Amino acid sequence: MPKIGWLRLPLTLTYLFLYTPIVVLVIMSFNASKTPFVWKGFSTRWYTELFQDDLIRQGFINTMIVAVSATILATILGTLLAIGISRYFRSAILEAYALAPAIIPDLALAIGLLAFFSLMGVTLSLVSVLLSHVVFGMAFVAAVVIARMGQTDSSLEEASRDLGGNALTTFFKITLPSLAPGIIAGALLVFTLSLDEFVVAYFTNGPATPTLPIVIYSMVRFGVTPEINALAALLLLVSFTFVISAQRITRLTDSV
Amino acid sequence: MNIKTDNNTLLRIDNVSKAYGTARALNGVSMEINRNEFFALLGPSGCGKTTLLRAIAGFEDPDSGSITISDETGGETDLLSLPPNKRPVNLMFQSYALFPHMNVRKNIAYGLEREKLSHSEIAARVDEVLETVGLTDKSKARPAHLSGGQRQRVALARAIVKRPRLLLLDEPLSALDRKVRAEMQLELKRLQHEVGITFVVVTHDQEEAMSMADRIAVMDNGEVQQIADPITLYTRPNNIFVADFIGKGTLIPGVASPVGFTTQVGALGTGGHLLPANNPGNVHGAAVIMLRPEAVHLSREHRSGSLPGLVVETHFYGGSSVSTITVPGLDHPVITRRPGPPEHAVGEQVYLNWPAEDAIVLAAPTAQDQVN
Repeated sequence: MPKIGWLRLPLTLTYLFLYTPIVVLVIMSFNASKTPFVWKGFSTRWYTELFQDDLIRQGFINTMIVAVSATILATILGTLLAIGISRYFRSAILEAYALAPAIIPDLALAIGLLAFFSLMGVTLSLVSVLLSHVVFGMAFVAAVVIARMGQTDSSLEEASRDLGGNALTTFFKITLPSLAPGIIAGALLVFTLSLDEFVVAYFTNGPATPTLPIVIYSMVRFGVTPEINALAALLLLVSFTFVISAQRITRLTDSV
Repeated sequence: MNIKTDNNTLLRIDNVSKAYGTARALNGVSMEINRNEFFALLGPSGCGKTTLLRAIAGFEDPDSGSITISDETGGETDLLSLPPNKRPVNLMFQSYALFPHMNVRKNIAYGLEREKLSHSEIAARVDEVLETVGLTDKSKARPAHLSGGQRQRVALARAIVKRPRLLLLDEPLSALDRKVRAEMQLELKRLQHEVGITFVVVTHDQEEAMSMADRIAVMDNGEVQQIADPITLYTRPNNIFVADFIGKGTLIPGVASPVGFTTQVGALGTGGHLLPANNPGNVHGAAVIMLRPEAVHLSREHRSGSLPGLVVETHFYGGSSVSTITVPGLDHPVITRRPGPPEHAVGEQVYLNWPAEDAIVLAAPTAQDQVN
């Protein structure tokens, strides 16, 4: 192995910069003290309180409703969009329009969706948040699946037809499985994005059904409580679990 | 229309044309492929051979013409009216197109499962074909873990396990390296013999076609140039394209008439010089004769009908030697190949002779052809 010597220093500093806040946050979530930055011994009291907090529990349920349904809808629509674009149209402009919601600034997307909903006379609720999350989620899934299609041999489907498979069999037995790593990666991406999405949800949500990020935001306005540290630590755990399992699944289904 | 009721014909391609915009990929292509034949479609890239193969498999729709396949009882099926999954024909793709998410056994079983065969029959047929291609111990492996040669065998097994009446192979050896390719050439030939399926191979490699095929259709510009067995293609090409594409040779320009073949080449006086030639096609007017390297003999003294030349290069390859000779009036040198060491030294004045039957007269390209 080549000696890197002094390069270890910037490497260490970079990792410290990235992970110190997170580590501090997790440690502080087990702090017995009420004031966030004074250590008074180990305690799981904030986690207990977290689960007893109705506002947070309701926010969590709302977020899960949105994230799960947005993931399902965005994955189906995004996959079909990707197949349609790369199989039947092959238009760079059409592809750009399909993927744009993924890069449009959240604020612009949020304002646009809000204007659209009020124009259509849609009452703002969890449904409008869900639809808004599907808009950008679909673009992310499509982007990942289109990239995956670029790597798969386009004669696979012809081979299936040649061996006697009809169009439906070919789609379910060959097209979908060969795109599976991309579809799964796209779905997990949408789920994690939707889970902590704030700007679009803030604009398109009704007052009665706040999602978790909105609940946290309203709590933080009165100062960071240890309860919030505990909540953030839990969200971190969920995200890590998803990202790691996404990588595992992708590796397992992949042909490598 | 089918006056000829030849029971030996399996596939009949009649006047098939296909254009992409203004580009004509196939232009009135007709041919007949016999039962149990190893048939090759040979030509440079863009000659239409792959389009024809894909039209037989069902992935291209010809603009006009017909493709029919006959069964054992002599009944004819119109292939063009069937979708690819209903044709009694299988295609081995150039990329092999193995399903990456299935192991070898699943890949091979895929086509049989589509026929709704019983599990026991599928298992038995897959085992049998795995043994035929020598991959029994790899049945659980994913395609990504196989070598190029092994992937090719899986692709072949997946196609022949369906017992098609006709197996189409698109550049089957192009993805393999040189050494494996030579091995697989023999293997393909052996397998074709063993399974008794008619093979149609598309290739741009004339040596590959010559060494494997019973008959070859040479194609260029979407048209069939000649269909014949390898020896006939080599010794009796129909036209300059075939003569040039198959093997090596030298063309000498001149004029063909009932008197014989006369040329200005060789600077042997005015009015032309009569050369020994064979004119099976009764060509008249501007023409060339095609000389294969091994047909040309060298001598030190002039004989009637010989051409003068100067030896400019000799190479000895152990078993044979190749000499390069320039002839006055000919812009490219004549190449000769003889067994044993070279008999003439560089710089020596020699005369070129050949038996009349080895110099085939072919019509010279017209001005129209040269524009193309």
